[in-house]
Amino acid sequence: MEKETKLYTLIIFSENRAGVLNQVTNVFTRRQVNIESLNASPSGIDGVHRYTITCRADEDAIRTLTLQIEKKIDVIRADYFEKNEIYVMEQALYKIATPALLADKEISKAIRLLGGRIVEVNPAYSIVSKEGLPEEVRGLYDRLQAKGCVLQYVSSGVIAVTKSRREELAEYLQQRDEACRTGR
Amino acid sequence: MQNELLTGAEILMRSLEAEGVDVLFGYPGGAIMPVYDALYDHRDRLHHVLVRHEQGAAHAAEGYARVSGRAGVCLVTSGPGATNTITGIADAMMDSTPIVVISGQVGAQLLGSDAFQECDLVDITQPITKWACQIRRAADVAAAVSRAFYIARTGRPGPVVLDFTKNAQTELAPYVPARVEAIRSYVPEPATPPEALEQAAALIGGAARPLVLVGQGVTLAGAEEELRSFVERLDAPAGCTLLGLSALPTGHPLNMGMLGMHGALALNRKTQECDVLVAVGMRFDDRITGNVATYARQAMKVHFDIDPAEFNKNVRVDLAVPGDCRKTLRAVTELLPQGDHRAWRESFAEAADEERRTVVDPQTHPATGPLRMAEVVRCVADVTGGDAVVVTDVGQNQMFAARYSRFTKPRSFVSSGGMGTMGFGLPAAIGATFGQEGPVVLFVGDGGLQMTVEELGTIMEQSSPVKIVLLNNNYLGNVRQWQALFFHRRYSFTPMLNPDYEKIAEAYGIPATTVTERGSLAEAVALMMRAHGPYLLQVAVMEEDNVLPMCCPGNDVDDMLLTADDDGLQ
Repeated sequence: MEKETKLYTLIIFSENRAGVLNQVTNVFTRRQVNIESLNASPSGIDGVHRYTITCRADEDAIRTLTLQIEKKIDVIRADYFEKNEIYVMEQALYKIATPALLADKEISKAIRLLGGRIVEVNPAYSIVSKEGLPEEVRGLYDRLQAKGCVLQYVSSGVIAVTKSRREELAEYLQQRDEACRTGR
Repeated sequence: MQNELLTGAEILMRSLEAEGVDVLFGYPGGAIMPVYDALYDHRDRLHHVLVRHEQGAAHAAEGYARVSGRAGVCLVTSGPGATNTITGIADAMMDSTPIVVISGQVGAQLLGSDAFQECDLVDITQPITKWACQIRRAADVAAAVSRAFYIARTGRPGPVVLDFTKNAQTELAPYVPARVEAIRSYVPEPATPPEALEQAAALIGGAARPLVLVGQGVTLAGAEEELRSFVERLDAPAGCTLLGLSALPTGHPLNMGMLGMHGALALNRKTQECDVLVAVGMRFDDRITGNVATYARQAMKVHFDIDPAEFNKNVRVDLAVPGDCRKTLRAVTELLPQGDHRAWRESFAEAADEERRTVVDPQTHPATGPLRMAEVVRCVADVTGGDAVVVTDVGQNQMFAARYSRFTKPRSFVSSGGMGTMGFGLPAAIGATFGQEGPVVLFVGDGGLQMTVEELGTIMEQSSPVKIVLLNNNYLGNVRQWQALFFHRRYSFTPMLNPDYEKIAEAYGIPATTVTERGSLAEAVALMMRAHGPYLLQVAVMEEDNVLPMCCPGNDVDDMLLTADDDGLQ
């Protein structure tokens, strides 16, 4: 019996120590869950790193996987979210052939309509930048690709913030710092 | 004093002493020589046990930790020295055993250059350790050591690796004693919601047919007394996992024996009849559950564990009680009324009698035929009265030792559970002699003994009083049993051509004898137990004996073979 899989987004906070990313991705490998996208960057809090990982899995697997990540000593917190619980964004760059861009008006129209910005133009190539939901970013790529003008395409991993009204990490860290001070 | 400059190696020595370490299991080599040089001046306080292979150091540290409850320490060199400990590290991870492995490493300036005996131990061991860390500066030693011991022993214990670069061993730094007592990103003991305790008490107190599963978590929490009070208040039958065996005395009237693949028939049958299943400090391993899809489907399940990642991992539970089970069991017991489940308890007798008639009596008290492994274990238990620490290797020797030993004291059974590491037994038994004062009996087969047989040299040097009971059946018996049951008796590479073990023991100066007759077994065991120091008792046992009963892999837990004549092949 195949379990129903969904797209989940994990938001993970860790101490900024070497090797944490390795430990995190290892848990995915062991549980045979493919990572769809991964973003790692400093969080707003000094010394704390933030990872945003999207993957497809069933809920039992994602729950256990999240707990196994949180269990790593240097991981401060790991939570998983469904689509409606977070606001997500992706960034993409499209390098396209300038002669094609000039020859086919539909190309610049598509870029404009789908919210792309041309950030560089020279006789050989032009660069288009776009941010948006992953499907929108992909949508522009598909349109440009259909025109046969794409030289290079890159999209960042998804980044996400929670829609919750409480800033749980900040509160949690405050509690933990307090607990460490009082030696509990 | 605090401003005195010391080498990193000397700081390591002082830090280990500050942690209360008094024994190290190790093997020197190039990249750890500065530490060994420092150790030379500390050898009266830090007793160093020179093993004969680094795998032995890791298992000895495990044996020490399992009987003492303290972290075992290994000291090895870089490269092959470090990688030789990996089996032991993985074993310790699976069985939640606190060990600290300190390995030498090439100088920090050479890292990543494929220098002689360089090996990326931290990366290799990250998935099989609780924590792995490289120390690259002498100034970091004291804090790293304290952190390592804190992580290894707290919460759900586990192995920690400290990879110590050579420059950090020789550089000078002030020794500033460190005492790590909390880490921001690590919560060793999850908070227990009060409502979880109330719900647990209501669910358990309302049970008509409760069954308690006892795992090693009880031992790790030092909650043996709390567990006993709990099962007595509840008046519930209890079964132990392999590693939970000595958490409840064998003779306790509510202890129905071992769970799982080779466990007690009554327990496995009643697992499918109980209405509330209470799991304490165990992880629903497949050797316990059999087919998870049908496992205790009828029962409400309550799971006590210190590791939240264990909840709903293998078996869906109705109520999770996170926390240290010493505290949670005590709290729930206080909320429980005195139970009375006499009829339910007594209903175990039927299956227990059936098992006794068909399996236990014929194996432990055979009148004729070759010596049986079960009767040897029974005989040792009779002689020791359950007073010895029982260490096992892996395979049939392990299962017979688990089934027929008698336990009267906590932490008196040491075995490789999760990993099933052949070769674990001999070095673990050596470690166990350093971790406690009492007698140590090792049950080992002819296959497993040869995997780490070099540690007889360690026994010789340390005069470790390990009583080695070699159950020699000239087979890799457990695999042979599976070949008989599931592979049409095609004994592919399981017959063993054995050396003369008495001569091997003799070469190491270890007294040895061989028993082939039933009539001389009891006396030989008594002689072994009376002997000072190490002893090897080889018993020539039935070659094609089988561990029974048996729940074949993937079968429902109550579907057990009672004789090997039943065809395990479907």
